[in-house]
Amino acid sequence: MSVRSRQASPADDERDVHEGPTIRLMATTQTLDESEQIQPASAGAQGDLAFASDDVVFELQSLSCFYGSFRAVRDISLQVPRNKITAIIGPSGCGKSTLLRSFNRMNDLVDSARIEGQILYHGVDLYADGVDPVEVRRRIGMVFQKPNPFPKSIYDNVAFGPRVAGYRGDMDELVERSLKRAAIWDEVHDKLRQPGTALSGGQQQRLCIARAIAVEPDVILMDEPCSALDPIATLKIEELMRELKENYTIVIVTHNMQQAARASDYTAFLTMGEDRAGYLVEMAPTQELFTRPANRITEDYITGRFG
Amino acid sequence: MASTPRAQAMTGAEAVRRALQGGSTDWRSVVFQTLLVLLLVLTLGILAWLLAVVFVNGIPVLAERGTDFLTSPLASRPQLAGVGQAIVGSLYLMVFVALISFPLGIGAAVYLEEYARDSWFTRLINTIVRNLAGVPSIVYGLLGLAVFVVALADFTGGRSLMSGGLTMAILVLPIVIITSAEALRAVPGSIREAAFGVGATRWEVVRSHVLPYAAPGILTGTILSMARAFGETAPLILVGAVVGGFNVQYDSVVGTLQGRYTALPTAVYDWARKPPTYSGNVYAAIVVLIVVLLLVNALAIYLRNRFERRW
Repeated sequence: MSVRSRQASPADDERDVHEGPTIRLMATTQTLDESEQIQPASAGAQGDLAFASDDVVFELQSLSCFYGSFRAVRDISLQVPRNKITAIIGPSGCGKSTLLRSFNRMNDLVDSARIEGQILYHGVDLYADGVDPVEVRRRIGMVFQKPNPFPKSIYDNVAFGPRVAGYRGDMDELVERSLKRAAIWDEVHDKLRQPGTALSGGQQQRLCIARAIAVEPDVILMDEPCSALDPIATLKIEELMRELKENYTIVIVTHNMQQAARASDYTAFLTMGEDRAGYLVEMAPTQELFTRPANRITEDYITGRFG
Repeated sequence: MASTPRAQAMTGAEAVRRALQGGSTDWRSVVFQTLLVLLLVLTLGILAWLLAVVFVNGIPVLAERGTDFLTSPLASRPQLAGVGQAIVGSLYLMVFVALISFPLGIGAAVYLEEYARDSWFTRLINTIVRNLAGVPSIVYGLLGLAVFVVALADFTGGRSLMSGGLTMAILVLPIVIITSAEALRAVPGSIREAAFGVGATRWEVVRSHVLPYAAPGILTGTILSMARAFGETAPLILVGAVVGGFNVQYDSVVGTLQGRYTALPTAVYDWARKPPTYSGNVYAAIVVLIVVLLLVNALAIYLRNRFERRW
C-alpha cells in the first residue's frame, strides 16, 4: 500500500499505481556523504510516502509555518493515512506541535501565526477562503499535552462539544458511549456529576479523549498526550489509541521514541535546520524507520546519538 | 585533597560540632531586622492613631443619637443633622454606577482580552486604560461638570444624581476594566484551547468557559471598585452633590435620577468645614463611612476566598 520513492509523488490518482506491498526504493547503504548533501531546503522531497488517494486524510504540500517573521516549520510535504496512527517525532523545538496545530487550525488562535503552502484534508484546502475553522476543529479533534478538563462535571466535560454542535440525540447515551470508548467509563460511571479536575492525571487525559471523541470527529490529533503521565497511565493511553484507530485517524506528536515505536503505524521524523526551522527528514512505516532508517540524521536520532 | 589543613587538625564529630556552632552573631542583620519592625510599627501606629481618634470621638455621638443619626436628613442644626440622605444618596449612586460601569467595563475587558488581536492599537488602548486609572479624581469631576452637568443638562437635569452617577461610573471604569481583564487573563489558555478544540465558537468559549471561570475574580474587582467610588468626594462636589439641607422626593425613577442628592463623604466634607459644633457629627459620619467600606471590602475578600479557583 505504501511506497517509498525518491521522487515527490504526483498529487493525482496515479498514486494508485503504487499500491502493493511496501517497497523500499531507497538504498539502505546510503553513505554519510550522501546524507549530508541533503539540505533543509530540499527536505520537502523527503516525505514521499504515498497512499491510495482514498486513504489520504491529510496531504501537506510544502507547508511552512511562521510566527511573525520566524519560520518554525519549513517546506513539509507528507501524507497522513486513514485509520492509522501517524507519529511525529523529533528533538525539542523542531516544530512538531506547531505542525500538528496547523492540522486543525489551532494556530489561528495565535495572532502572529500563519502558514505557506497547503494542507489538504480529504482534498480540501483547510486554509482556503470560506473554510470555517470551527467546523474544521469539530471534525479534527485534539488532545493536548497537559490534561485540560474543564472545571466542570465529568458529564459536562464530555457533553460540551456535542451541545455546541447542536446534538439532538440522547445526551446521556452519547456521554456513556464516549466515556466507554475512551476506556474510562468503569472508573467514573458512578461520579459523572463530580468535577473532572478531581480525577488523576491519567484519568483526566482519558476524559479529554472522551471529550474529543464525543463530537464524533474524523481525526484525533494528540500533542504529546502522555508527557505528563506516569508509565502505567501512558500504556493505557497507548492501548486506547490502538482501539481508537479502528474508527479514527490519529496523528500523535511525541518526544518519546519508544512510544512512537510501540504505538504508531507510520512515523515522521522532523529535525531543525541551521535557521531553527523544523523540516521533515523522512517519513516511513514505523518499523522500517526504526529498524532501517533511510537517513543518517534519523539513525543518529533514534539511536540516541543526538536530540 | 579537598580537606583544608584546619579540617585535618580536628577530628570527626568534634570538628563538625565546632564548625556548625562556632558562628558569631550577624549584627548587621539584627539591626536591619529591628529597623524594619520599627518602620512597620510606625506605619501601623499612624493608622491606628487615626482610627482611634475617629472612633473615640464618633462612637459617643452614635451611641447618643442612635438610629436617629443614621436616618435624619441634612439639617442646619448639628443636633438634628444626620446621614440619612447621605446613605440613601450613596446607595442610589452605587447602584447607578454599578449598572453603568459593570456592563461597559466587563464588556471592554472581554473585548480586549478575548477578541482583539494583539496590535499596536490594542496595546495603546491598554496603556491608556491603565493611565486613566491613575488620573486624579478631581479631573473626572471637571469632566463630569463640563459634559454631564452643563452640556447634557437637558438629559441629566444638571447637578443631579444622574450626573454624579455617570461621573463616578467613568471614574471607576478603568479599574473595572483592569481588574476584569486580569481575571480573564488568569483563566489558562489551555481551557480556551480545549473548548476551541471540540468546535466551539469564540462566543461559546467565552460564554461557557472563560466568563464563568473568571466571574469570581471579576466580582471581587468590581466590588472593590465600588468601594473606591463610595469613598470619593472631590468629583461629587464638582458635579453637584448637595452640601446643605435639601428636600428630596424619590417619587419617580426619572425624578430621582434628575433630582438633587448627596453622599456620605460629601456630608463629611461639608460638616468638616462648619463650626466646631459639628465635629461630633463629622466623626460619627466617618465611623459610618469606614464601617461600610470595611464591610464592602470584607465581602470582596470573602467572595474571593469562597469562589477563587486555582489552576
